[in-house]
Amino acid sequence: MNGRVVLETRELVTGYGEVEVLRGVSVSVRNGEMVAVIGPNGAGKSTLLKAIFGLLPAHSGGVLLNGADVTGMSPHEVVQNGLSYVPQVENVFPSLTIQENLEMGAFVRRNGVRERMDEVFRLFPDLAARKGENTGKLSGGQRQMLALARGLMLDPTVLLLDEPSAGLSPKMVGAIFERINRINEAGTAVLLVEQNAREALSLCRRGYVLVMGRNRLEGEASSLLNNEEVGRLYLGA
Amino acid sequence: MGRGLLLLIVVFFIWAVIDRRDAVVIGIVEGSILALGAVGLTLVYGVLRFAHFAHGDSMMLSAYCAFLLLSGVVTGNRPGVDTEVLPITVSDLPSATSEIWKFSFGYGLLVAMALSALLTAGVLVVLDRLVYRRLRRRNSGVVIFSIASLGLAIAIRSWVLIVWGPTPRKYTTVVRHSVDLPFDTSILADQLFILGAAITVTVLAYILLFRTKLGKAMRAMADNPELARISGIKTELVIVLTWALAGGLVAVAGVLLALQAQLDPQLGFVLLLPLFASAILGGVGNPQGAFFGGMIVGVVQAVVVTFDFLSPGYKFSVAFVILILILLIRPQGLFGVRQ
Repeated sequence: MNGRVVLETRELVTGYGEVEVLRGVSVSVRNGEMVAVIGPNGAGKSTLLKAIFGLLPAHSGGVLLNGADVTGMSPHEVVQNGLSYVPQVENVFPSLTIQENLEMGAFVRRNGVRERMDEVFRLFPDLAARKGENTGKLSGGQRQMLALARGLMLDPTVLLLDEPSAGLSPKMVGAIFERINRINEAGTAVLLVEQNAREALSLCRRGYVLVMGRNRLEGEASSLLNNEEVGRLYLGA
Repeated sequence: MGRGLLLLIVVFFIWAVIDRRDAVVIGIVEGSILALGAVGLTLVYGVLRFAHFAHGDSMMLSAYCAFLLLSGVVTGNRPGVDTEVLPITVSDLPSATSEIWKFSFGYGLLVAMALSALLTAGVLVVLDRLVYRRLRRRNSGVVIFSIASLGLAIAIRSWVLIVWGPTPRKYTTVVRHSVDLPFDTSILADQLFILGAAITVTVLAYILLFRTKLGKAMRAMADNPELARISGIKTELVIVLTWALAGGLVAVAGVLLALQAQLDPQLGFVLLLPLFASAILGGVGNPQGAFFGGMIVGVVQAVVVTFDFLSPGYKFSVAFVILILILLIRPQGLFGVRQ
């Protein structure tokens, strides 16, 4: 695990139509690192992930993946360059089986799909036991597990996670974070956007605080956790 | 309420099988044709998210394509006008028109049907490039898509009218033989062929949708187009495949329909209502549902016209009644999940 930067945004400006949501955001993720992005509602956290993934056009600034410029690439090209994105909601195919969901996660992969699926199932044994079942019947937590598993099918360099704990019971939140931690320990870098700031910061090594579409603070997660402003604004201290 | 509706349908079927067996047989034959059309319709809706009003007329066009390939006739059937015929047709193949078994046609019809399937698939893909893809790039709303398809439906019908005229046509004019079936029923040999062909093509479509990567991608896109894009699925490729598959299904349905009844330019348009009723009954976007929806609508139509108090002219209003009932009671369809 070296300290090479695998994902970087440089002064990224984007938004929906004329409305700018990000007004210049710079974040970076090193190889194998887990980085948290926290901030109040409307700070542009989810927009940042969409822009990185090419779902929103960059008005200015850019996105570098493994040193190569991927700004303006379609999602189809971005996934082939080693990026996976798990949206916050509607992140599974409800009428497909669990196994088919994973196959779709590996759509651009030509070979080794079966081997990779076995690896992913080892991380999510509870999904492996039900792989032939339709996804529509799964509980919220299990759906979130499946969404993570789908995102891992291409063995991405960086996994973008948009509020994986949203809408889950406290017990399930713990289970999801534990699973994300294991994914990271296996070598996948993670960029984690979270409303659950305290949990996200205790899980990650570094973090960014976004406010109004700009970088507000960044640094070691432990120092952010102890930061007075962060504590006052997001941790309810 | 959905369970009640399903129970009602089951009771109706049991009664119909006991009391109106011949009508049920006809209904299954007609239902299998509807099912083919409805599966294509539901797939187009699922992947492209609009009601494809040109579906019935595409069916009619493909039936005329097969007619052209078989007969080579390129003129209307008007008095005083000589019939022009293409120099080469499928019927020129060695003994292509000699009747197989008790059927009214030779293997030429199968060749024409296969070629028509390819042609129709091509036509739908080209129409997508010319019309719908432009609308997608402009992010047009669903109403614009549906109205565009309605325009194409009228254009297709008018074009067929201009070329072949309004008079009904047939693939063959020989006497049709019937076959005895168990339980004291009989059926035309041609209808047995229709049923067999429809089931074969449905099985092929099922294998494509549930066993191949691209088929699964089609279902994934029908489920959640945004997530399909995020997963790296080439959405434009899936759209082309969807049109091609819908075209193949529509063509087989169209040829079988012309074999069951006869060819005329109104053939497709009058089927639009039963087709939509079938697709909605099965849950829009659900291919298995559309198949059973087509079968149910076909049988109910065929049985209801045997009622003494109803004129057979009300046949298509049956589909309308089913459509209204299902939209009122269970809009997600018999096999759909409430969202």
